[in-house]
Amino acid sequence: MRSFSFLLIILIVVSLSSTACSSGSTDGQASDQLVSIQNKGSDTMVNLALAWAEAYQTVKPNILIAVTGGGSGTGITALANNTVDIANASRAIKPEEIAAMQAIGIEPLEFIVARDAIAVIVNPENPVNQLTLSQISAIYSGEINNWQEVGGEDRPIVRLSRETNSGTHVYFLETVLRLSDKDNKTFFSTDTLMLPSSEGITAEVRDNPNAIGYDGLGYVIPEVKVLFIAIAAGDEYIYPSAETVNNQTYPIARDLYMYTAGQPSTEEQAYLDWILSVSAQQIVTELGFVPVISP
Amino acid sequence: MNQRLRGQGLVETLITGAIRVAGVSAILFVTLIFIFLLKEGLPALAETSLSNLLSTRWYPIENYFGLLPLLGGTLVVTFGSILIAVPFGLGTAIYIAEVAPRWAREFLKPFIEVMAGIPSVVLGFLGMVFLAPRIRVLLDIPTGLSAFSGALLLGLISIPTIVSVAEDALDAVPRSYRDASLAMGATQWQTIWRVTLPAARTGVITAIMLGLGRSIGETMTVMMVTGNAATLPTSLAALFAPVRTMTATIAAEMGEVAVGSTHYHVLFLIGIILFLISLVINLIASAVVFKQRSRGERILS
Repeated sequence: MRSFSFLLIILIVVSLSSTACSSGSTDGQASDQLVSIQNKGSDTMVNLALAWAEAYQTVKPNILIAVTGGGSGTGITALANNTVDIANASRAIKPEEIAAMQAIGIEPLEFIVARDAIAVIVNPENPVNQLTLSQISAIYSGEINNWQEVGGEDRPIVRLSRETNSGTHVYFLETVLRLSDKDNKTFFSTDTLMLPSSEGITAEVRDNPNAIGYDGLGYVIPEVKVLFIAIAAGDEYIYPSAETVNNQTYPIARDLYMYTAGQPSTEEQAYLDWILSVSAQQIVTELGFVPVISP
Repeated sequence: MNQRLRGQGLVETLITGAIRVAGVSAILFVTLIFIFLLKEGLPALAETSLSNLLSTRWYPIENYFGLLPLLGGTLVVTFGSILIAVPFGLGTAIYIAEVAPRWAREFLKPFIEVMAGIPSVVLGFLGMVFLAPRIRVLLDIPTGLSAFSGALLLGLISIPTIVSVAEDALDAVPRSYRDASLAMGATQWQTIWRVTLPAARTGVITAIMLGLGRSIGETMTVMMVTGNAATLPTSLAALFAPVRTMTATIAAEMGEVAVGSTHYHVLFLIGIILFLISLVINLIASAVVFKQRSRGERILS
């Protein structure tokens, strides 16, 4: 027993000293200009931000970009609390958030980095293929409770939504549920399921023929059905795609933002410039989002 | 010799001192936590009206802070989990302590303790991907993300606690009690139900209360499988509908809220309510235990 614990101590000492040595040697080579950028916010954008961060590693190996999700609100709050350098948001910053940051001497700076369409998704077994905005609004506010009322089977409707800290939730509330009308005070029906992640929504829609959900176009998986959307009953029903977002015919599309606290540092500015480059915007297309510059 | 004794005395003082500090610090920490909760939570009562807090709409981004749906959600899920965990937990404990052959006991006890170690996120994930879809089909309800799924998983989480504590209590009942009962001609079931279980009642009640506490406080699993819809449960049917619990609300929303806002204070107010609920449970448990003990001592003397 005693010799065993002695061995263990030796092992620990050896492993400690070897890690110390190795980290010492790398420090010597990559040296002092190793800069890390903390990037946090929108869950919609987290895959995109990760792909950008990885690609940027090959361009500038000395810049380390750490990406985390949590929601647009979370990212902006973290920016105000000075725990991140760049906040990702799938909605524009709110006036009260700007006011709160100005109160502590921070002037948030906005960059539009990509565009996104919100897809309304149902289970493939559901025969419904298209809905108007007002029908979706009526479904989510609790006026329509059975798929029969919108041309489907006799099934109860299970409404799925992201949590309230999600930028997608706020955008959907304003644009779809309240039909972009500032005075409209419609609420989500109280029995709307608030799921903490995009994956939670796609998983439930995939498994449940009663469900309707919404999610960023980049998160839609082949196992769910994307609906054609029209603004009003007489209009053409449009399928979300890069093309229909860019020619502005698809009604539920939005800009994706990055925010910095005040003027970005040289490294942050270089990163933000690179994001608007052709190769970085190519990644946007690959992930199912819509680039801000035409290729 | 003398010096060695003095040295021992010093060690003795140091050790008892350290133990005392550890004991007192527990009280200190709980007090500090409660003071912190009060400091962050009570402003909510001033910032928002009582009628808002007692309303039935929880929509914090537009300042609707109705707590009743959340309280109801927690109660429904906890009640459901206790309905599942108590019979299964006690049954397992009785089986292990009284009925099982030696080999089964030696296999089951550590197995259940391992079950207690499964992280709740893992259970939640299993619940979301595997359990909820099957519950929807099996019970023919609109969605499997419901209070029932949450209760089932919470039951699973609190069963190990109940089994472990209750089994220890049953095991501590002196052999002579059982022998006496069996000698009087009682069957094994009569012995368990009339003699062993009442003798171990204190420990069994503690086990149930600990399990209850575990259920109320659990967050991750509940957040993943109950659907988090803030509806006020009004009938027993609510057990099969989505609910939003207090713990899930705090976990889901604490990350986004601006420090010092009304929403932030209301989330801490929910924390105070949770704290008070578990305090009441603990008080009831210790009151029952105390009453039992004093009665037991009277009988013995």
